[in-house]
Amino acid sequence: MSAHRLLNAPQIWLQRHAQVALASLGRLFNNSLGSFMTCAVIGIALALPIGLHVILNNLQSISGGWDSGASISLFLQQTVSDDQAASLAEKLRLHQRIEKVELVTKQAALAEFRRLSGFGEALEALDNNPLPALLVIQPKTDYTSAETAQLLVRELGLLPEADIVQLDLQWVRRLQAITVIAQRAVLVLATLLGLAVLLIIGNTIRLEIQNRRAEIEITKLIGATNAFIRRPFLYTGFWYGLFGGIIAWLMVAISVTLLRGPVANLASLYESAFDLSSLGWLNVISLLAASAVLGLVGSWLAVGKHLSAVEPS
Amino acid sequence: MIHFDNVSKRYPGGHTGLSNVSFRIEPEEMVFLTGHSGAGKSTLLKLIGLLERSSGGQVHVNGRNLTRLKNRKIPYHRRDVGMIFQDHRLLHDRTVFDNVALPLVVSGLGHKEIGRRVRAALDKVGLLYKEKEPPATLSGGEQQRVGIARAVVSKPPLLLADEPTGNLDPDLSREIMDLFSQFNQVGVTLLIATHDIELINRMNKRILTLSKGTLTGDSQAEDPV
Repeated sequence: MSAHRLLNAPQIWLQRHAQVALASLGRLFNNSLGSFMTCAVIGIALALPIGLHVILNNLQSISGGWDSGASISLFLQQTVSDDQAASLAEKLRLHQRIEKVELVTKQAALAEFRRLSGFGEALEALDNNPLPALLVIQPKTDYTSAETAQLLVRELGLLPEADIVQLDLQWVRRLQAITVIAQRAVLVLATLLGLAVLLIIGNTIRLEIQNRRAEIEITKLIGATNAFIRRPFLYTGFWYGLFGGIIAWLMVAISVTLLRGPVANLASLYESAFDLSSLGWLNVISLLAASAVLGLVGSWLAVGKHLSAVEPS
Repeated sequence: MIHFDNVSKRYPGGHTGLSNVSFRIEPEEMVFLTGHSGAGKSTLLKLIGLLERSSGGQVHVNGRNLTRLKNRKIPYHRRDVGMIFQDHRLLHDRTVFDNVALPLVVSGLGHKEIGRRVRAALDKVGLLYKEKEPPATLSGGEQQRVGIARAVVSKPPLLLADEPTGNLDPDLSREIMDLFSQFNQVGVTLLIATHDIELINRMNKRILTLSKGTLTGDSQAEDPV
């Protein structure tokens, strides 16, 4: 009989854990309103830093995209014709520091201006096209740093056809600096709210221990080890954390969906195909794992502090 | 089975629960513990179940020196001591079956084995047909029998009962005592605290008498000290 039990020990252990996990889950569902409110509070506390993190990620992908393709706008003299501009573009494409040259002819510039500015009719009144041709130049990736790009700008400015050369990096750098600060702030906020989640779960478990005092005393009386008594509370904390994480994820996902339309609209006004990204699967899994661990740690702290105070008498 | 050697229990604040109590109970004995309320009956049982620790002397139970037993070993000691209480101490949010199963769940038995043993214990106390009921729907006597089933389900060698018939009428009390006798006949050691003198006189068993924390009598019922 004892050999039989030994053989089955891991199986029984698993069976018991599954039972306790399901039982504590069932307990949460039995008190569904109370449990939901606790999970929602945890979810909101987690959704705040996660949401900010998503926003920052999107900001970074915007500024990052501009940084790697720190393009230079070379406006040509008014007198340079589209053909001349095209041959200049050909010439520049062979330049060792230049990756790509995109030509916007006078015609194209006019068409775009007419489409976007709303001054179409005013333009009709003009005899000739007042807009210059534009070369949008993308430096090779080795030359995209601020200094090397600046060198290229100077070189391009010396071309006889050149009128104005623009390298618009300044605001990108400012945006990046702000992003770094915001990232730090999100980290601080996440830490504080993580602590808040620990306290919420700890307090919920403490109340749960108080409510089940008689049960704990009786199980201790019939020889339950501390590990046995601890287990359902740890699973309860785990479930709270996990469901809180799921609620946080849903809130962020819904917010992103709500924002996607307006953001796409704004991006199209900037001639960008920027798409608001939500949490990736890896992020979602890390979020759920982290929130479950928070729940486990919170209940562990509460159980360690309050369970030893319950002794049968 | 139980050996008290000069055992004292003092509570913080100076109240004395037991002073210099010595006795020995052999395996398979059935012993009554009596005395007025406050005489130290409950204290003595609590020392055996390690709900409290003695402040002096040595307590040996089932071959264990309880004075030296580490706190983390207490659960394993309690699994060898079935305890029955006047207020039953049942869990009212679970069925009779689950209440009786608890000691087996705690010691990690498999599902099938638990079902088999719980039904055997419930059958023994005559409540098999109530296994799915919550304890609150049962009468006082039935609840006490559930408590007894829970105490014996893991087949401990020692049973302690603290006023098991305290709230029951004479007929039910006799029923409970008959159950105890049956357990004793299959080799279980019993120590039963009660102040129901009439009942224990009829049982014709050894009686320990406590008075104000000291042992004042230890004899067979027909030969009182």
